[in-house]
Order: sequence, then structure tokens, then C-alpha cells
Amino acid sequence: MRSVSIIGYGITQFAEHWEKSFRELIAEAGTMAVQNAGLTGKDIQAIYGGCMASGRFIGQEHIGALIADQLGLNPIPATRVEAACASGGVALRNAFLAVASEAYDIVAVGGIEKMTEISVSEAAIALGGAGDQETELFHGASFPALYALMARRHMHEFGTTEEQMAMCAVKNHKNAVGNPTAQFRKEITVEDVMQSGYVASPLKLLDCSPITDGAAALILCSTEKAKKMGFSNAIEIIGSAQASDSLALTGRKSLTEMTATKVAARDAYAQTGLKPSDIDFAEVHDCFTIAEILAIEDLGFFKKGEGGKATEQGKTALNAEKTINPSGGLKAKGHAVGATGIAQVVEACMQLQGKAEGRQVKGAKIGLTHNVGGSGATCAVHIFRRVQQ
Amino acid sequence: MSNGALPLIWRKFPERYLLRGNKCTNCGTAFFPARKVCPNCRRKGKLVEEDMPKEGEIITFTEVFTAPAGFEIETPYFIAIIKLTNGAKILSQIVDSAREKVKIGAKVQKVFRKISDIDPEGPIAYGYKFKVVG
Repeated sequence: MRSVSIIGYGITQFAEHWEKSFRELIAEAGTMAVQNAGLTGKDIQAIYGGCMASGRFIGQEHIGALIADQLGLNPIPATRVEAACASGGVALRNAFLAVASEAYDIVAVGGIEKMTEISVSEAAIALGGAGDQETELFHGASFPALYALMARRHMHEFGTTEEQMAMCAVKNHKNAVGNPTAQFRKEITVEDVMQSGYVASPLKLLDCSPITDGAAALILCSTEKAKKMGFSNAIEIIGSAQASDSLALTGRKSLTEMTATKVAARDAYAQTGLKPSDIDFAEVHDCFTIAEILAIEDLGFFKKGEGGKATEQGKTALNAEKTINPSGGLKAKGHAVGATGIAQVVEACMQLQGKAEGRQVKGAKIGLTHNVGGSGATCAVHIFRRVQQ
Repeated sequence: MSNGALPLIWRKFPERYLLRGNKCTNCGTAFFPARKVCPNCRRKGKLVEEDMPKEGEIITFTEVFTAPAGFEIETPYFIAIIKLTNGAKILSQIVDSAREKVKIGAKVQKVFRKISDIDPEGPIAYGYKFKVVG
């Protein structure tokens, strides 16, 4: 396989976009990415789009063709990828493979979700479809409930506390203040989280990522071609891995680790020859605060059971021992589910180019993104570095 | 929604009423719900029907305050993952139990209850819930 790099990116504001439609968000992020790369639409040979549940959220399927249509890129092939909240990360991996395999030289990959056009309880049903419909959602197990089951077990086995989980949210809100495209640019306190009311105990409202509208897009190009075209700021994808696990929590080996994360991380590290300690920062999938604790353990940044304590000790803060979620994470940047896996990569590119003003990780050379689908049934891990000149 | 579909509800009677799953006689693992392929043995596996034990213990739980559509009227309610006495795990609501008794390690027993009637013109779904014993 040949090397692949990112030569352009675009992202919309993450927010409740009552005034913008699904297709407007796609067009906004897509054109921004093409322009950022300094290309024209004619240069794009194929499109991959991550989207989880547009059928449930806006009654629209057939998203691949819609994206190409809205960007004025017909008749190039356009493919929708769905892997619940990992739709974006898995779309990126498919786009990466399409270029690495030499099927195409330049492709666009995007992620999109428009979640605020239905009620919260209807949205809970749409998101619940990321778990096991027949044995979880059927019994009233909402998505927060599934993560709450993991959180309670983590507390039981390792003594993780609700305050330590709250500190993930506090840290991510603080980072989001420096991110202009984040949904919540407002600091919160541990007390705010603790008093925010249970959604599914032990998880409270401010342990949960919000309902968000947003889109993000990347332009991928073979590294060799990017060099020939004179891109001096390209970001190379040096690791790309994906793994799966049982759809239902009851089928898992453990409730306190995500095997799919461990396997995807192992494979991505092996491709790059890097160790967890070589990673300068990571955008991890903190759909709930407990998910960030599981992620930083399963990615090998901290020992199993010590993620809560590491967070409490401030080791995951911006420019501390291991910067986690400089963008504000899903919690504060927002979680437009299908867009999240691509938005994480936009953040990684900005950090590696030194353009993340207000939240810049000093001297960032290697970044990692971690995108989870459902309660851990899919995981995509990617590792990036700035292309050396 | 699909949970209210009559063919699905009808097809699930043995599973949801009797806790009928299956077991691989090659590796001895019990599965609930029943699987068509043993993930441990795949083609070498031999699956035979088996009813799960009706007792187990809570290995983790949550109390749900914000419910998905159709469950709002029941809030707050407990959801738990239970390890049955044969080792199979099952996710279920915990009902008829004092709040302080719902904890990790608590012994529970299956009861038969209405689960949902989301569609007013569709079938009512019944099935298992569990209650704390002792």
C-alpha cells in the first residue's frame, strides 16, 4: 500500500443548526475542504460519507448520492458508510484504503449528522439503534444506560469516582473555550456536573455529549502526488486500523475495557512502529465521560483502572502529560454522530499544522484519533504526522 | 418501530417467555439469545436448544431517569446486566425490588411482565424482567 496524506479539511460550526439543512451543512464542509486544499471539484475522483441515522433523524437515506449532488460532483462514485457513531472514522478508513490501493489519487471523505429535527426521546430511539435493538433498546436500555452499566462496573472494580468522571467533562469544556467551532465554549465546574441530575446513574446530564448538528470533510491524496503538487502542509495518515466486537454489552469479554479499541490501537501502533508514549495528543471518543476514561486506558496511555485517577491528577489536560481532546471532545465540541470521526481528524490536522490557536498542543508532531461506534462494537483508530519536507 | 412488529414479537415468544437460548456442545458455552453459529468453535460447534436458568446475580446496574420513547412513563427504572447461574449474561429491567437492594452481587430471579406497548394499534410485547430475592 502507498502512503496517503490529508491535503485539505473543512468543518462547520457544531451547534443546533435550526436555520440550516442537512444538505447545506454537507455543502458547507465539503466546499471548505476542497478550497482549503486549493483544488477544484474536478480533481475529486470519489466520495465517502459517514452518516449514522439520517433515515431516523430527517427521513433521508441515499446519502452518498446526495453528497455528490449537493457538491456538484456528479457523476463520480459516492458511497455512504454507516458504523453508528464510528461512521466518520470508518468512512475515513475506506477513503484511505481507496487511495492507498491506488484505485484513486484524490478522494473526499466527509461526515454529517443533523440531529435536532426530532424530539429528544425520538433521538434516543435513533441512537439506541447503535446498540442491540432486540436485547437492549427493547428493554428500555437507552444509550446513556449502556455506558452507565460500564461506568458502574469500572467504579466497582477500580474505585473510579463520579467526581473523576466529572473532571473529564470539566477539562473538555475548558479546552472547547479555545475552539471556535465547538458547541459549548463555556467552562463548567465539578459541582455543576455533580448537580446536573442523573440521566442514567451514575451518569449525569453533564457527563453526556450533546445532540448536535454538524459536518466535517477531508481531502485525501497519495503522499507522492501531494509532494509533486507542492503541498507543504500535508498531514500523513501513518496508521489506520479498525476492529469489531459483539453488538450487545452482554457478549463482551469485559465491561471495563473495549476490546475493539485495544485491537485497533494495537494494529495502528504496529503499522507505525510507535508506542502510546510517542503520541503527543489524542482526540478520543468521549460520548460519555466514562468513555474517555476507558479510551485512555485501552489506548495504552494509562494502566487499566487508572484513567480516572490520571484525569483527577490533571495528566490529560492541555499540554500536560498526555493532552486528551484538545478540541473539547464530543462532550463540549459537540457530537454530531456521523461527523464526529471526521471532526476529530480536522482537529488533528490543525494541531499538527500549528493552527489550533487557543488550544494548541505545543510541539505536536504525532496525533491519534479514536472513534467508537455504539457501546464499543466498532472502533477506528488513526495516527497522523506532519509530512516531512 | 421494529420492536412493535408482530412477526418479531411472535418469533421471540420462546426466548422472551421461557429464556430459551442454546448451548454449544463442543465448547459448553451457553448463549442467550440463541446463536446460529458458535463464535468460539464456528463450523465445529454444535448448537442445541437450551432454556436458561431463571436465577442469577447482578454484575452491574443503572437507574434510568431519561427514557427512550415508549418508556417515559416507567422512569425511574433499573436496568441491570445479570450473570445467570450457567454463566450466560442477560440485560433486563429489575422490578419489584427495594431500591437499596439493587446492587452488584444481589441475587435475582426472573419474573414475567409486560415490556412495551408502544404502538396503540399494535401487539403488546411481554417478556422477562428480574427481581431481587432475599
